[in-house]
Amino acid sequence: MSVAVEPTRPRSDKLTTRPGYVRMKSSRRSVDTPRRSVLLTVLTGIVLVYSLVPLVWLVINSSKTQESLFSSFGLWFSGDFALFSNIGDTVTYDDGIFGRWFLNTVLYVVAGAGGATFLAVLGGYALAKFTFPGKKAVFAVVLGAVAVPGTALAVPTFLMFSQMGLTNTPWAVIIPSLISPFGLYLMWTFASEAIPTELLESARMDGAGEFRTFFQISLPLLGPGIVTVLLFTMVATWNNYFLPLIMLKDPDWYPLTLGLNAWNNQASTAGGEAIFNLVITGSLLTIIPLIAAFLLLQRFWQSGLSAGAVKE
Amino acid sequence: MTTASPPPAALGTQPKPAKRAQKRGQKSSWSGWLFIGPFMAVFALVFLAPIAYSIYLSFFRNQLVGGNGFVGLANYAQVLQDSQFWSSLIRVVLFLAVQVPVMLLIAMLVALALDSGRLYGKSFFRISIFLPYAVPAVVASLMWGFMYGTRFGLVGNINEALGTNIPNPLNPDLILASIGNIVTWEFIGYNMLIFYSALSVIPKSLYEAAEIDGASQFRLVTAIKLPAIRGAMVVAAIFSVIGSFQLFNEPAILQSLAPNSISTYFTPNLYAYSLSFSGQQYNYSATVAIVMGIITMVIAYAVQLRGMRKEG
Repeated sequence: MSVAVEPTRPRSDKLTTRPGYVRMKSSRRSVDTPRRSVLLTVLTGIVLVYSLVPLVWLVINSSKTQESLFSSFGLWFSGDFALFSNIGDTVTYDDGIFGRWFLNTVLYVVAGAGGATFLAVLGGYALAKFTFPGKKAVFAVVLGAVAVPGTALAVPTFLMFSQMGLTNTPWAVIIPSLISPFGLYLMWTFASEAIPTELLESARMDGAGEFRTFFQISLPLLGPGIVTVLLFTMVATWNNYFLPLIMLKDPDWYPLTLGLNAWNNQASTAGGEAIFNLVITGSLLTIIPLIAAFLLLQRFWQSGLSAGAVKE
Repeated sequence: MTTASPPPAALGTQPKPAKRAQKRGQKSSWSGWLFIGPFMAVFALVFLAPIAYSIYLSFFRNQLVGGNGFVGLANYAQVLQDSQFWSSLIRVVLFLAVQVPVMLLIAMLVALALDSGRLYGKSFFRISIFLPYAVPAVVASLMWGFMYGTRFGLVGNINEALGTNIPNPLNPDLILASIGNIVTWEFIGYNMLIFYSALSVIPKSLYEAAEIDGASQFRLVTAIKLPAIRGAMVVAAIFSVIGSFQLFNEPAILQSLAPNSISTYFTPNLYAYSLSFSGQQYNYSATVAIVMGIITMVIAYAVQLRGMRKEG
């Protein structure tokens, strides 16, 4: 990625309130006001339909009873409108295990994603704004480690954790979730853009300690970046499947993803009751919180991404 | 796609903050470790220790006679001659060669369409196409798996309604393409956002200059936009390569819907997983994972080198 573009995009621009969003809109207008194209809209619309059809399918089919699931056309409503009874059945099935899975997931997300964001913010700040002994080694080690496949870590982590007595406890899911190399990368690029080094230097001249400088000066400037990292680590922990799959045996500690898959597999086990309507309704309930978070926090994470993350 | 952590970033492609700090004469001090220390401590526990432990495991073998014994590189020799390992590796390479270019091309076209400012309802497009990223791989695989299914799936519906004979997407010939479709669906929006963020920080003065010179929209794309976001393309390509090599969730979940199409060695990750958690062959599983990690690193590095060389 090139480094030479710095002078053309004044750094001060980034520091005005919520830069990304405002900047994109205003500058686009000033350059030219392109004619809207129906053809281009329709063509892009194909990708839009592709992206939304499965979600529409999920909503429609969570309103069907198990019988009409098998007998009706997938992309339209059919039979009794059973959405609410499905939701009722989902949350009460097997003594309300779904609620338990939901709370487990919330626990893993709050502790895992919250902790991961915290560590990534501190670490990214250090990489962006400090020169310290061993910095190159930190880059090399983190860079090398991220390419290692999940299973290379999974098996030994499982064995290590089982020796420490941590498997089958929430710790086994939370501790590995605390590391987000992607979050570290986002915070590093974001912090180097958003915090002027001069500001830190003058705070240090005034005798402020490093932590005070961080919490009072740097942290507020990192807002959009923090929201972005938080959202992406939330997605990672909320959607995590592989890690809990190997670490947890007891269904009482399952997150939603593992629980849904267990429900789905129930149909193919001997003597198991098929509950596809609950799998579908449960899937819908599982994705709603994340989709809501992304929609509600849109302007923060979009500016967080465009201001720092993956820019040139 | 499959790891416990979100897609790892291509760290180290942008070592500019360090250089800048040095230029300003900031001296190296240990205070940076106050901030990076916590990250590195947890990183050592959940990344470095397991990697070291897997390397250790890979040199041993649990034999019927004599118990656990040191066998040097024998496990590695076995992996290189293991036809199941090779077939899984060839499968993900095939997957990578087709799925990644298709996904990145669509993502790029959508990003360019959004960036052109010629779409009606631009922000609706942007958020809707991104939404599948927030859907857990488990839910995405179940949803698509149901839709693929001939029982209450859309394929069954279409065959019934139109009298056509679309083959079952879950049969062994088509399963890889069907998984490719699921992964594409999940990650188009994510890659689109990476490209779009990179496009949106291109200085608008470049467009003005080009327009004065009478450049067409097409020239604008090929001469300014695409070269300017090469770095983002390399990052997206590396993420996707690593993701493909680690393919696990989608095939693992579809296995219950299509048991005849997905073997226990369908992907290298699935193979390593089955070896240790069904077969208890921890040492051999660790070896498979290490070999895959090395292959992944080499290829990710090659992609990065290639991308960067063109840029220079």
